[in-house]
Amino acid sequence: MTAETRVIEPAALEALIAGLRSRGYRVLGPTLQDGAIVYDELESAEELPAGWTDVQEPGGYRVRRRDDDAHFGYAVGPHSWKKYLLPSRLRLWQARLNGNGLEVEEEPLDETPLAFLGVRSCELHAIGIQDRVFVGGTVQDRDYAARREGVFLVAVNCIEPGGTCFCASMGTGPKAEGGYDLALTELLDGEHRFLAEAGSERGAELLAELPGREATGADSQEAGAAVEDAAARMGRQLDATDLHGLLARNLEHPRWDEVAERCLTCGNCTMACPTCFCTTVEEATDLTGQTAERHRVWDSCYSVEYSHIHGGAIRPSNRSRYRQWLTHKFGTWHDQFGTSGCVGCGRCITWCPVGIDVTEELTAIRATDGEANHGDN
Amino acid sequence: MAVTAPEALLAPMAPRPFVVTRRERETADTWTLELEPSNGEPLPVEPGQFTMLYAFGIGEVPISVSGDPEGPLVHTVRAVGAVTEAICAAEPGALLGVRGPLGNAWPLGEGGDAIVVAGGIGLAPLRGVVYELLRRRADFGEAVLLYGSRTPEELLFAGELERWRETLQVDVTVDAAAPGWEGKVGFVAKLVGSARFDPAAATAFVCGPEIMMKTSAEALIGRGVPPERIFVSMERNMQCGVGLCGHCQLGPTLICRDGPVYRWDELEPLLEVREL
Amino acid sequence: METIDALLRDVPVFHGLGPAELELIAGCGSNVHFYQGSVLFREGDPADTFYVVRHGSVALETYVPARGPAMIETLEAGEVAGWSWLFPPYRWHFDARALTPVRATAFDGACLRGKCEEDPKLGYELMTRFAGVLIERLQWTRLRLLDLYGRDSA
Repeated sequence: MTAETRVIEPAALEALIAGLRSRGYRVLGPTLQDGAIVYDELESAEELPAGWTDVQEPGGYRVRRRDDDAHFGYAVGPHSWKKYLLPSRLRLWQARLNGNGLEVEEEPLDETPLAFLGVRSCELHAIGIQDRVFVGGTVQDRDYAARREGVFLVAVNCIEPGGTCFCASMGTGPKAEGGYDLALTELLDGEHRFLAEAGSERGAELLAELPGREATGADSQEAGAAVEDAAARMGRQLDATDLHGLLARNLEHPRWDEVAERCLTCGNCTMACPTCFCTTVEEATDLTGQTAERHRVWDSCYSVEYSHIHGGAIRPSNRSRYRQWLTHKFGTWHDQFGTSGCVGCGRCITWCPVGIDVTEELTAIRATDGEANHGDN
Repeated sequence: MAVTAPEALLAPMAPRPFVVTRRERETADTWTLELEPSNGEPLPVEPGQFTMLYAFGIGEVPISVSGDPEGPLVHTVRAVGAVTEAICAAEPGALLGVRGPLGNAWPLGEGGDAIVVAGGIGLAPLRGVVYELLRRRADFGEAVLLYGSRTPEELLFAGELERWRETLQVDVTVDAAAPGWEGKVGFVAKLVGSARFDPAAATAFVCGPEIMMKTSAEALIGRGVPPERIFVSMERNMQCGVGLCGHCQLGPTLICRDGPVYRWDELEPLLEVREL
Repeated sequence: METIDALLRDVPVFHGLGPAELELIAGCGSNVHFYQGSVLFREGDPADTFYVVRHGSVALETYVPARGPAMIETLEAGEVAGWSWLFPPYRWHFDARALTPVRATAFDGACLRGKCEEDPKLGYELMTRFAGVLIERLQWTRLRLLDLYGRDSA
């Protein structure tokens, strides 16, 4: 075993958080709030939802007590890390119009060092996908870049897949393959401990400070088996073969009409999804009309206003908006950004109030690939 | 997409102040504004591109440039909502915000026959192409402008149209005549049939309402112009204009980045899907 | 100077007709010339003559009370002005005025109707072609009806 793989006790998580905070990081991680496991600022390991798990299904989410003290024995909740990298509301600038002219004052960038504790493999991929959108193209988002720069990532390998998870089908988990500073695998057989692997120099540095011991072959084997077992127990499966092509040639499939009858176009899926990134801008002015602001806020392609041009909306029907979201996520995202937009986290399935399951929708389309109905009924 | 954007400048979300230097009324609801930067660099724009025009405290809209690429920044704007009404009301001396240049340009090229087909306000994004044709007239064979508007009162750049007749093949029509109108009455795409040009050597630039662009493209194809040499300009909801907000998606493309100028053969399959 | 049937070969509405039919039709035709502003036919008059425009522009108009003369459409070289000669009651629905000096081929509609009665195949050929003209005219008109350049149109 290398010096960068060690075994630490659950109690060492306190030192982990303390170590990050003493280095100036704002530590963000899972905690139980209002009946859900969400992401919030952590000051102590006691705030982690130890001994809790979640029960997820289409349109359903509950937390439940475990009969052990697992600290990460649940899947993902309604929040994703985009909460911190792509804030739901952001002031872009303030402006004044007066005798001196039009003065625009851009908002200073937020460069607070952030540490994400408990990042699942699907979430690492999701962050990578948003990286490509915001800093991977010709025009870069400076706010995202500033927040993203230097984020300390403590990954967690899933051993408890959720009822709506399908990362294995999307090739995004459950094992974290890289891009982290530290990766933890929780081991519950016999002694409750964590296999901790460093993925970077600063990760190794921090790991060296934590109380623990060298990892043995048995430790690594148990960790490997737990993750493999998780991969075999995914809540959902999806044949992801060439979804890009499948969707491109089925834009008039009758399934779109079928799902349109259920979809409320509420946009929950887009808010919960860790890769959805659409935003809109809002202008605000004070009563004197001399100061103005522009804000960037999360938006959803499910709203009618989203596609509004003078004359009306380009996508007035539910059918067209659901189709836009699904075909973008699994299809045209490839054309635009070179990867799939989905990481198989299952949030959209869990948080859909009517329980629409994207894996089911895609499977149904594939089953009658080529059928067409132009939405006339 | 066949037409690639010029090297994109880093365009943040903060507008640059520009001062209105000229304001001219074109029709009952359309004005042309000339703009100069309040400080520093003029904007290097090419016909086909657009900017995000900001009316202080009200909002921003994407508007194609309508001027000569060798001249100041010019925009021809139709007042159809709160933001455009405010922009159209801006008098010389007023300040507007500008972000840009954004999008790609009309690929006028170096020669052959050039056919410009414009419907309504669609002539504004094409005016820069006309200026370029006038400037380099000798480089091209036939240089044709086909223009249609709703009524004679709604014809844009009426005075310039008459001057352009001296150098270009200009044919104008209206959908509905007014008393005293002695010109053609009929849908603009119909003019393609009687225009004089060699389809094998022609490149066409079409701008106007989507249906007008479609029928014009079909008329051009009917005359033998290859679809890959027909270019149109597309419009969708835009918020950021720089490819980061997702709004202007049209299938796999983003209009702010892969457009607004599209090649007809690449665009047509996307337009066939309703509400795409 | 070309014969009329040679000219007719280039007219879209007569495309594809054989030399015999063209000669037959030409027999009903003559070359005419209109000064700018003169009237080709008037609304309500018997529709016996129709025209194929060779050169110039013809405006179809009607008179709207209180509004005055309203131009419906203009026709250019190669287009047919007038088809009411084909359908009862054989009366013009609009005025036709030369917007510019116009050279046209005028056809004796009554004569042509007679020839179609005698030769149903010729009648069928002409009907399909004129139907094509009507459909095309209708499509262009429908596009104008959509008022695409209106304020609330995309």
